[in-house]
Amino acid sequence: MLANQFHSLFYAFGFYLFGLVAIASAVAFVTRKSPVAAAMWLVNVMFCLAALYVMLDAQFIAAMQVLVYTGAIMVVFLFVIMLLNLGHPSELADARGRWGYIFATFIGLVMLAEVMALNRANTIERMIPPDLAARAAAAAATPLAGGIIGPVAAPLFNEYLLAFELTSVLLLAAIVGAVVLGKRRTDAR
Amino acid sequence: MLVEALALSAVLFTIGVVGVLTRRNAIILFMCIELMLNAVNLSFVALSTLYGATGQVFVVFTMTVAAAEAAVGLAIIIAIFRHTRSVNLQNINLLKG
Repeated sequence: MLANQFHSLFYAFGFYLFGLVAIASAVAFVTRKSPVAAAMWLVNVMFCLAALYVMLDAQFIAAMQVLVYTGAIMVVFLFVIMLLNLGHPSELADARGRWGYIFATFIGLVMLAEVMALNRANTIERMIPPDLAARAAAAAATPLAGGIIGPVAAPLFNEYLLAFELTSVLLLAAIVGAVVLGKRRTDAR
Repeated sequence: MLVEALALSAVLFTIGVVGVLTRRNAIILFMCIELMLNAVNLSFVALSTLYGATGQVFVVFTMTVAAAEAAVGLAIIIAIFRHTRSVNLQNINLLKG
């Protein structure tokens, strides 16, 4: 019992630690002037989110997060930043004027107030059916058939097979679009 | 931990929105959109602990769409940079009329 309590305390500590580091890194990401520094802070946010995915029992998604987001997408972003040489002082002064800051602060405060109002009204607790939490706990106690990936793969390749196949068409279109847009036009007429 | 995860997701989404509204560098704007997509992914994963693994399937789709969006968006940014020698959104006002 004591060990279980210690485990849950450790779990909560890790959860809050990664959550606070994610929020701090996101704030640093938005406020950095240099695009390279901003990209590195965003990588930090994504690593923290991967850790949170592991704590929320989504290990496959955490691996995908590290591989696809921080490993592929952010590397492409950094590649473009360094390819275009965006570190010039003239490019760094990119923040908007005073009205932009006031508007953004207003929007941010309104959205945070909405979150607080939802939290006060216990909307999330009331949204959850009472027996669903017990069922989730029972499901977590029994080992899953097919390990970690099975529960994700089964709906992906049965119910959502059409969407999965359409995704490949989307990726093909994205590849063709990126090549066409990035190509230097040779027949300048 | 569900409530905390959903609150964190909302806070990260808000930071992304504020970033889109305050920055003028097109690449940083794209990264703010990635941050918002990540926040939505976090709420999908948090709710999948209650409602089953279907939420994680949607996260896989979101990641695919984000990858496609990043590829096409960055190609557009490179094309704009070739045209105007800048990625500052102040200098890109062709459609302003």
